[in-house]
Amino acid sequence: MRYIRPLSIEDAVGQLAGSAGTAAILAGGSDLLVRMKGGFVEPDLIVDIKSIAGLSDIRETADGFSIGAAVPCAVLGENAALKKAWPGVVEAAKLIGSKQVQGRCTITGNLCNASPAADSVPALVAAGARAVIAGPSGKRTIAVEAVPTGPGKTSLAKGEIIEAILLDKRSPSSGDAYLRFIPRTEMDIAVVSAGVNLTIDEHGVVTAARVALGAAAPTVLLVEEAAEALIGRKLDEAALERLAKVCAGACRPIDDKRGTIEFRRKVAGVLAKRAATTAYARAGGK
Amino acid sequence: MNFDPRFSGRKFASVGTRPIRPDGVDKVTGRARYGADFNMAGQLVGRVLRSPHAHAKILKIDTSKAEKLAGVKAVITAKDLPDLTGGDAAMYDILDNCMARTKALYDGHAVAAVAAIDARTARQALKLIEVEYEILPHVTDVDEAMQHHAPLINDTIFTEGLEEKPVKPSNVTKRSQFGHGDVHQGFGHADFIVERSFKTEQTHQGYIEPHACVASVSSDGTAELWVCTQGHFVYRQHCAQLLGMEASKLRVTSSEIGGGFGGKTHVWAEPVALALSRKAGRPVKLVMTRDEVFRASGPTSATSIDVKIGARKDGTITAAEATLRYSAGPYAGSWAEIGAMTAFACYKLDNVKTVGYEVLVNRPKTAAYRAPSAPMAAFAVESAVDELAKELGMDPVDFRIKNAAQEGTRSSYGPVYGPIGIGPTLEAVKNHPHMKAPLKKNQGRGMACGFWFNFGGQTCVDLNIGMDGSVSLAVGTVDVGGSRASLSLVAAEELGIDYAQLKAVVADTSSLGYNDMTDGSRGTFSSSMATISAARNAIKILRERAAQMWDISVDDVVWEQGHAVAKGDKHGNLGKLSLKEIAAESGKTGGPIAGHSELVADGAGVSFATHICDIEVDPETGSTRVIRYTVVQDAGKAVHPTYVEGQYQGGAAQGIGWALNEEYIYGKDGRLQNAGFLDYRIPVCSDLPMIDTQILEIPNPNHPYGVRGVGETSIVPPLAAIANAVSNAAGVRMTHIPMSPPRILAAIEAERGG
Repeated sequence: MRYIRPLSIEDAVGQLAGSAGTAAILAGGSDLLVRMKGGFVEPDLIVDIKSIAGLSDIRETADGFSIGAAVPCAVLGENAALKKAWPGVVEAAKLIGSKQVQGRCTITGNLCNASPAADSVPALVAAGARAVIAGPSGKRTIAVEAVPTGPGKTSLAKGEIIEAILLDKRSPSSGDAYLRFIPRTEMDIAVVSAGVNLTIDEHGVVTAARVALGAAAPTVLLVEEAAEALIGRKLDEAALERLAKVCAGACRPIDDKRGTIEFRRKVAGVLAKRAATTAYARAGGK
Repeated sequence: MNFDPRFSGRKFASVGTRPIRPDGVDKVTGRARYGADFNMAGQLVGRVLRSPHAHAKILKIDTSKAEKLAGVKAVITAKDLPDLTGGDAAMYDILDNCMARTKALYDGHAVAAVAAIDARTARQALKLIEVEYEILPHVTDVDEAMQHHAPLINDTIFTEGLEEKPVKPSNVTKRSQFGHGDVHQGFGHADFIVERSFKTEQTHQGYIEPHACVASVSSDGTAELWVCTQGHFVYRQHCAQLLGMEASKLRVTSSEIGGGFGGKTHVWAEPVALALSRKAGRPVKLVMTRDEVFRASGPTSATSIDVKIGARKDGTITAAEATLRYSAGPYAGSWAEIGAMTAFACYKLDNVKTVGYEVLVNRPKTAAYRAPSAPMAAFAVESAVDELAKELGMDPVDFRIKNAAQEGTRSSYGPVYGPIGIGPTLEAVKNHPHMKAPLKKNQGRGMACGFWFNFGGQTCVDLNIGMDGSVSLAVGTVDVGGSRASLSLVAAEELGIDYAQLKAVVADTSSLGYNDMTDGSRGTFSSSMATISAARNAIKILRERAAQMWDISVDDVVWEQGHAVAKGDKHGNLGKLSLKEIAAESGKTGGPIAGHSELVADGAGVSFATHICDIEVDPETGSTRVIRYTVVQDAGKAVHPTYVEGQYQGGAAQGIGWALNEEYIYGKDGRLQNAGFLDYRIPVCSDLPMIDTQILEIPNPNHPYGVRGVGETSIVPPLAAIANAVSNAAGVRMTHIPMSPPRILAAIEAERGG
């Protein structure tokens, strides 16, 4: 096993692209190191990206926010502007693992680990976040939902590294929220989860919405019919019930040790309602 | 030396105080040495290969490739642990569980082991061992295993305890029955009868420290074992017997222990580590991973229990009956028998009958877990009692008070009770402010009682007085819950000296006589009895030495508050001699001063507790939150009340986990799906409220200070108390433990639908 700590993204990309055998990118290590310790993976090359210039920074730009791939989730919670603009994304990131884990883990790592139960991903998908990818043939930017393609699998090609996650500048009268169901209070993994991001007009009518569900299918689901259930309406009881029904119907969950199909369907709807209610209140809706 | 163990009703100076724990600083600074913290020169890493199959014949094991790998120093299979048990069936089961002989009986069953120069080499070597299996049909569910068409786990098992020996083998190893009176007649007198069936899933003790040991077998046939255990003397006997050694040639030292709860009363890895060391000729360290701890050690039984209780309109129970089926893993046990004994132990019953069935399944060998078997029986019985109170229109506490056992009651399992604490705990609960606190929407309150026998057993203690007047206490019961502090308090009390003058250690097996292990809540009960006895023996010598210093008759010397005092008119001018002063002169008056004691601590007083809990249920998700929890338990006498409270809280915390989320989940393939703390959900700190405790002290007449064991009873009521609370909050009777959110939501939906 070879461990390297490149100082530039170009070097990192070059090393990854030129590597024979299995390679892994190390940021916080909260997935990789656990898997290595458990004997599930034995990479031939580990590329630690924490020393690459800029990857540990959150930048506020004219267009919004750029969150470097090596920024720990705990740091997101310390950025007042980000927290104000995207409270749902920050609260999702701050649910991962425990306090100690949040001091190391990153939302980019959470995305690339490609677990359907990843906490920050439904919130990022609902927020319309994009991933900036550096690779042997230059840079490209894609929607975060296009990164995971199945449990443990991503669309990244050999040599590609996500260098940052982009979040748009917040439009006024907007709010987002993320909720997950776990049987405990913390230190757990989502049985099912929901992220909602919406914008309202001066009458409280929803003008734009994105709804994403986690642990409800092989990848995080962007549920367009759920957004349609909200757009053009105030968030009244009927709209919420319709949202719950659509979300329950959109799920393609499995029966496993964490929950049943039936339970996941029902609770996906309940969480979507509750997240929508919080997002609506954050947008200033009454 | 005659020792009088009877309760004396004395006043205490040290006992009942709360000094800081002697092991605390080392534990919080990381200096304390647990099982994996011991190392020896030239030590190898041991690792175990485990069966991935729930039930399979082992056709062939080829270790040749692993043996050839550079760095591998020994590879063993069952051949290296020949059967030396001489027809002792229970020992044979232990041997077979340590290393499968002809069949792998559960997912995780050890089939081979290696010792190598490092962990990486050992892991690689495991991959090179080729095992040829013939997969057999398996059964993991306790009820399914009892069906006549169920896969047979051991074809030599014919159910014991039946009037006639059955003609066919089955998975039921034993039937046991307890009770008295005539339940049929009793139910005839009942105005109300509740009859229900319950299930509980299998749980693990969940100790934070995995099993760990270092074994070193010398070429001269002697050996040392450093190990995390609840009973190093028992480990010595078992290991010596399985390896064909004389017990005296094997010295076992117990490490600090990061939790045991009954799970560290059984050998698993230790005989394997010794066999590896014997073959390799070097010390071997063997540490289980968490995955191995779940798959191959612990757990408690899964159960299926039917309960029927009848009562008259006035609230008198006329008859009570239960059938209890407990899984034992693939080897015979007595788990259902214990459940059948404890089920109705809280009550005064004219007509009672319990029947237990021990059931083999393809799961790990069931191990003791804190008041083993009692929590599940209490869950079923206390749920039915609660429901019956409701049908009668009686307050659940009043209903229990009316039927509670008392001094002179013939218990449901046979013996007649002496002074006991069930009535007082119920009265305390009735008057507790918790019972009157208001509840909010979606919240429910439940309460339940619990019983545990407690145990005494063989105990040996040495008390040595140094020339500087400090006292060292060597005990043989492993300190799992603060016994070193408690025993120091007891010695300080008896000698009349300050707690700070004492230091207690757990001695190794070569330094002290045999001690039973720390189980049955016996650590403080039995070792305090032996400590009192040893201190009294030391006092006799102290008096003799003082008499010698004064040149008077020892009959004129008494021991008062840490001093020798000459009594009688003619010695009035002699003043007093402190323990320190006598010790300083000991070299001239006859040498070292010590007290020894070896005894069987009989008369461990039975123990009762009543718990109250408030739960909030989210009716849309089935999620639960424990809002408030109160434990009321009889301690006999709380030697160190902080530790007693800790035991009460710890038992409640484990019970809460068991009641709400913990369970072994098996796939259709018979493999354990959740062998880790992520998906085997023990409560985290934020899941629990501060657990309130109330210590009652109803003295045990069979202990000089009135002490009863306190460690286990606290896990008996929680399953039932929480089930009663959840049932009240959700408006539907919960009969399946754990009450995980999917189960609660399904029950709520079924109730709404029905």
